[in-house]
Amino acid sequence: MNELIVVDKLVKYFPTGGGFLAGPKQYVRAVDDISFVIRKGETFGLVGESGCGKTTTGRLILRLIEPTSGKIFYNGQDITKLNEAQMRQMRRKMQLIFQDAFSSFDPRNTVFDIIAEPLRVHNLASGAELCERVAELLVTVGLEQRHAAEYPHTLSSGQKQCVGIARALSLNPEFIVADEPISAVDVSVRAQVLNLMKDLQDKFGLTYLFISHDMSVIKFLSDRVGVMYVGKLVEYAEKRELFKHPMHPYSQALLAAVPVEDPSERHERQILEGDVPSPINPPSGCRFHTRCSYAKPICAEEEPLLEDRGGGHYVACHVF
Amino acid sequence: MMQRASAKSTGAYAPASAKNRAAESLRRLWKDKVTLVSLLFVLLVIFSALAAPVISPHDPTKGSITNRLKPPFWVEGGDPRFILGTDQQGRDVLSRIIWGGRVSLTVGFVCVAISGAFGTLLGLISGYFGKWVDTLIMRIVDIQSSFPGLLVALTFVMVLGPGMWNLIAALTFNGWMVHARMARSQVLSMRETTMVEAARAIGCPTSRTLFGHIFPNIISPLITTYVLEIARIIGAEATMSFLGYGIQPPQSSWGLMIGEGRVYIAQAWWLVTFPGVAIALTILCLNLVGNWVRTELDPLHRTRH
Repeated sequence: MNELIVVDKLVKYFPTGGGFLAGPKQYVRAVDDISFVIRKGETFGLVGESGCGKTTTGRLILRLIEPTSGKIFYNGQDITKLNEAQMRQMRRKMQLIFQDAFSSFDPRNTVFDIIAEPLRVHNLASGAELCERVAELLVTVGLEQRHAAEYPHTLSSGQKQCVGIARALSLNPEFIVADEPISAVDVSVRAQVLNLMKDLQDKFGLTYLFISHDMSVIKFLSDRVGVMYVGKLVEYAEKRELFKHPMHPYSQALLAAVPVEDPSERHERQILEGDVPSPINPPSGCRFHTRCSYAKPICAEEEPLLEDRGGGHYVACHVF
Repeated sequence: MMQRASAKSTGAYAPASAKNRAAESLRRLWKDKVTLVSLLFVLLVIFSALAAPVISPHDPTKGSITNRLKPPFWVEGGDPRFILGTDQQGRDVLSRIIWGGRVSLTVGFVCVAISGAFGTLLGLISGYFGKWVDTLIMRIVDIQSSFPGLLVALTFVMVLGPGMWNLIAALTFNGWMVHARMARSQVLSMRETTMVEAARAIGCPTSRTLFGHIFPNIISPLITTYVLEIARIIGAEATMSFLGYGIQPPQSSWGLMIGEGRVYIAQAWWLVTFPGVAIALTILCLNLVGNWVRTELDPLHRTRH
C-alpha cells in the first residue's frame, strides 16, 4: 500500500455568532468537502491564501480539531473513530511542526525539557537514556549541547524552530505536518531550516504535509502540490506538472505572482481583482467565479467537481 | 565521538540549573531592599506567632486593674514594663499583638490554603473542560457569590457557634469562589494557545496538560490573588471579631483588639493604633513578597532584569 494518509470528504464548519438574542447561528466553512491522498515518503505541499483552510486541514488530519464530517485514514485505519487513549498512541506516529515554534513551547521549560517531554509522556526513556536521546536529537537538528540548559526565549528564531523540529522527531514519527514552518524564521536562515527538513526526510523516511502560502518554498520541497481556495481543494498534481501546466485559473494567478529569477522569462503579471470571499457566505457554484476572468454562467450555478484530467492531475473547474 | 561524550554530561543540566536558579533568586532579593525588608518583616511576624509563648513578655489574658490604660513607654506616664502600653483591663498590648498575630495569621493562611486549593481546582476543571461542567461550577459560584459574604459568615458562626476554627470554616466556605473565577479565566485564555495544542499533539494526557503545563503558567496571577486573599481574610477576621462573632475574649486577635479599643480611642490611641499598624504592615509586606515570588516564578521576567 502506497498511501499513508487518505482524506475522504473532510468537512469542518466552525459555528460563529448566534445564541441568545444574537440571531441565527452561522458557520465558517473552513474546510468544505476535500479529499486527497498523501503517499508514503512524499512531501505534499498545501498552498493557498491565509484563511483558505489549509491550517485547519493540517489540524484535522492530526485530529487536533474534530472534523464535522468525513474520514481520515492513516495506514488504512480510520482515525476519526479512535477514542482519546487510542489517539494518544497514534500521535507517536504523527507530529506537528508549528509556524511559531516559540509559542508552542512551555516557557517554563528548558530546551532539554521541551525535547524530552514527548519521551516522558509516552514513557519511552528516562534517566541517562533520556539525556542521551535528547543530546542525539540536538545534534540531528544542528544545535549544540549547551542549548539544552537554556530557555527557548534566549534562542534565535531559527534555533527555536530547530528545537520544535527536534521535539517533533523525538518520537520517531512517520508523518509530520509542517504548518508554515519557516514564516516566523529570519529570512537569512530559512533555507537552512528547509534543507534540514529535506535531510531529515531522507534520513528517517518521513512523510510531510507541508503547508505554506509561499509558492517558491512549496516548489523547493514538495513532490505533489494541492491548491486550496476558500475551503476547497481546487487543483492538485505532481509538482512539475502543476508548475508547468496549472489548469485552474486560481493556480495560474498564484504562479504568475511568483517572482522569476531570469528576467528574460518574465511574464505578464496576472492581478486578481476583488477580495477573497467570506467562508461564512461562500459564492454559489465555483467559489472562484467572482474573481475569475474566464467565468461562464455555469460557474455561478454548479459546483465543479475535482476530476482527474490525466496523470493524477486533479482540477475542479468548468472552463479548463 | 565528541558528541557522544558530551551527551553523557547533559544529565547534569536539570539539577545544576535548579541550584543556580535558587542562588540567583537570592542574589536578586539582596539587591531589592524593599522586598528584602518585607520578607524579613513577614518572617518576623510568622516567627513571633510561632514563638508567642516564649517571646511574649506578659500573659496576654491576665491584666491588673492598677496598670489600666498605661500609654507606651516613651509617652509620659508610660511604664517600661509595658512597651506598647496596656488596655482597659491592664493587659500588655505588645503581648496581645504577638498572641493575636498567631490567630490572625492562622485564620488567614488556613482559610486561603483550603479555599485556594479547592477554588483553584474547580476553576481549572471548569475552564479546561467547559460545556456543562463549566456551567454547573460557575452557576454554583454565582449563587454563592450573590449572598453578602459577611451575612453568610455570620449565619455560619451563629449555627456552629463562635470560635477560631468555626470562623475559619465560615471564611473558607465564603472565600473559594474568587479563586475558582480567577483560575477559570486564566485557563480560558490559556486553553486556546499553541502551547496547549502542542501538548495535545505530543500526546499529553489531560491531567499532564492541565497540571503540568497550564497550571504552572497561570500561577503568577493566582499567587497574587492568594496573597490578596490572605490580606482580605485577616481583615474579615478582624471584622467578625469586632462584631463579636469571631475570636472570643479573653483570647486576642488584631481585629478584636481594634474592636475593644474603639471605645477608648479618645483617651488611649495606642489600643487601636498598634494592632492597626500590625494589620496594615503585614498585608503590605505580604503583597510585596507575593509580587517577588510571582516574578521569580516567571523565567521570561527573570532574564529581563
